[in-house]
Formats: sequence, C-alpha cells, structure tokens
Amino acid sequence: MKIEVLGTGCPKCMSVEQNVKKALEELAVQADVEKVTDIQQIIQKGVMATPALVIDGKVVFQGKNPTVDQLKHFIQGA
Amino acid sequence: MSGEVQRHSAAQKATKALNPERLVLSLLIVLAATATWWLVYSNLERFANWLVFGALGMQAGNRLAASIAFFVFEAPKVLMLLLVVVFGVGIVRSFFTPERTRQLLAGRRQTAGNVLASLLGVVTPFCSCSAVPLFIGFVTTGVPLGVTFSFLIAAPMINEVALVLLFGLFGWKVAALYLGTGLAIAMIAGWVIGKLRLERWVEGWVYATAPASSAASTEERTTWGERLTAGRDAVKDIVSRVWPYMLAGIAVGAGIHGYVPEQLMASIMGKGAWWSVPLAVVIGIPMYSNAAGIIPVVQALLEKGAALGTVLAFMMSVIGLSLPEVVILRKVLKLPLIATFIGVVGFGILIVGYLFNIVL
Repeated sequence: MKIEVLGTGCPKCMSVEQNVKKALEELAVQADVEKVTDIQQIIQKGVMATPALVIDGKVVFQGKNPTVDQLKHFIQGA
Repeated sequence: MSGEVQRHSAAQKATKALNPERLVLSLLIVLAATATWWLVYSNLERFANWLVFGALGMQAGNRLAASIAFFVFEAPKVLMLLLVVVFGVGIVRSFFTPERTRQLLAGRRQTAGNVLASLLGVVTPFCSCSAVPLFIGFVTTGVPLGVTFSFLIAAPMINEVALVLLFGLFGWKVAALYLGTGLAIAMIAGWVIGKLRLERWVEGWVYATAPASSAASTEERTTWGERLTAGRDAVKDIVSRVWPYMLAGIAVGAGIHGYVPEQLMASIMGKGAWWSVPLAVVIGIPMYSNAAGIIPVVQALLEKGAALGTVLAFMMSVIGLSLPEVVILRKVLKLPLIATFIGVVGFGILIVGYLFNIVL
C-alpha cells in the first residue's frame, strides 16, 4: 500500500502525517508513507484543499484533519 | 486490501447512515444543549451585574467595576454565540466542498460568476494555507480569473467568527452591513480585476499545469450523522484556536471601556477627520489579526466616539487583506497583479468607510 500525504507545509498537514503513521502502527499495517509538498504534483492529483490523503493513487479526502480513528477507517477501506 | 475488509467497512458505513436511534439520540442532545444554552445566555447580564455589584460589592460608576462588568458579561456572551454559530456553519459547510464550488463556477461568465463566487466564498470551507492549490485548481479548469478573485476576497473577509462578534457586540444591523458591503467589495473587485484582463501577470507555470483529473469521483454522500460530527469538529477546531485572542481582545476592550475618557476617539477616528479612513486602511492591511482579537477592541473604540465607517474600514482591511495570504499568493501571482489586487480591494474598503461615515 502506498499512502501520500498532500500538503504545502501548514501545521494541519504535519498533524495528518503524524496521525497516519500512528494509525498504521495501531493497525499493524505496512505502507509507504510519502509527503507531497510540490504544488504542481498536488494539483495534478485533482486536489484543491490541503491537507489531503491519497491511498494507492486514489484521493480519499481533502481539506480535512481527521482523527487517528477516522484515518484507520480510511486505511482499512482502501 | 482484501475484498472482505472493503465489504466490512461498507457495511459499517451503511449502519452508521441508517441507524435511526443514533440520529434521534444526537438530535435530542442538540435540542437539550440548545435549551440549556438559551437559559444561560438570556441570564448572562443579570449574572454579570450580580457578580460585580452584588457579590463583589463594587460601586457603580467605579472605573474598575465598569471594566470588570464589561468583561464578565461580554466574554461568556461572545463565546456562547461563537459555539452556536460555528456549529451551524460547520453543518452548512458540509454541503459545500471546494470541488463542488469549482464545478459550479467553471465556465461562468463575468458578473453572474462574480456574484456566485462571492456568495460561495462565504459558505465554502477555506483555509488560507490552501489558497494556492485552490487558485490553480480554479483557473486551470475554466473558472475566469476575476471570478476566482471574487471567491478569494470573500472567503477570508466574511467569516463566521467576524459575523458572530459583530452581531454579539454591535447588533444585527452592523453585522448585516458588514456582510452586505463585504460581499459587494468581493463582487465588484473581482469584476474589475476580470475586466482588466490580467492573466499575463499570473505566473506562467500555473496555466501550464495540467488540469486536475476529476477528484469528485471519490466524494461520497454525506449522512446527517456525519454533518453533525462536522459541526462538532468545527467547534473544537475553531473555538480552541480562537478563544485566547478573543479573551485578550475583550480584556483590552474592557480596559478601554472603563478607563478611556468618552469622546477621546472622536477627534482621532471621528467623522470630522477625513484622513482617518485611508489611514485606517493603510494601517490595517499589513496588520494581521483574526476577527476574534480585533473586533472587541474596535467595539470599545466605537463606544468612545470613533466613527462606524472608519472602524468598519479598519476591520475589513485587517481581516480581509492580510500579509501572510499575500505572501502565499506571490507563488502564483506576479507583483503587478498582487498590487492591483490590494489596490482594488483597498479602494473598495475606502469607499465603504466613507459611505458609512456620510450616511450614518
């Protein structure tokens, strides 16, 4: 599984990245977590509001800062 | 991941959506909270007076007492209003996403597009840190530049925190004035920027960026349970960020209320001083404070004789035009366009300031 956290470096984006790692740890799921900060790359994924999360190439949410539990649902649902 | 997990979570989602007991329970909680809220809210002034003049035994007319009574009444009042409105706005915003707004605006022409964009700017969830991706997403998919600007002007200027404070501290008339003139500025400034055809001052790589592939396909239907959660999350997020500014603002306001002599501000910020409006705008633009910190201070100034138009202009330029947002937008806009943007909006605010000083 490949997880990308999209964000230009605002505090919310960092918190999503940390929470994703925490969620993966609690679920004991292996995944590559990558932070995407380049605006052109973010746009090309069709995202207009950051932070956003992309799992295996699919945008699962944008413009939100979900809790660890909500992130677990997203990860399990992918 | 395996199909089983997918089915599992889909089923979970379905029960969450269809479970009527959960929804009824949440509605009951909302109802009970509303009743309690109203009971406390309508007795706040009595409580503040009782506390300061009764329990603390302070004399009416005493400066310290006036300041304390102001704070004890205004602080909880504004916080309570904020709770309710932010919750409501959180729910309203769950109906709007930047993606949906983009679809509504794509291909619109000037004028109608400016009006629609300004209105959508009020209800679409927006954070200035995603101003850049939003800007690119809009202009590369057929939203005209001027229409995009209408959105970018309205979104930060007319926000729920500002409206709550204006309503709570000045009454509904001033809140409505702010809403109306703020919308007018966003519409007209966007329209002017569109007419000037300034596309050449957008950084070249923006239009070279491939239009976004549709992200809309991933958006799921939102249930009412999720909307209530969105409201609750908005309260947690916004109130936790805003309350220290608000209390600080009200404390400064309380100090002015008690200690600054009546009519002191009349000579500096009153109607007679014609230069006060442009000065207020020029000082306001580089200042960066959120509505929560600035409005209680402004209320106290108004009380001491400052003119409403001057104060409104100051508030709009502090909230609507902020240095950090301009710095962020510099990534996609060349300097002449940024200057035009600040100039046009600043000029609009100036007119609003003079207008209210003349009319009221």
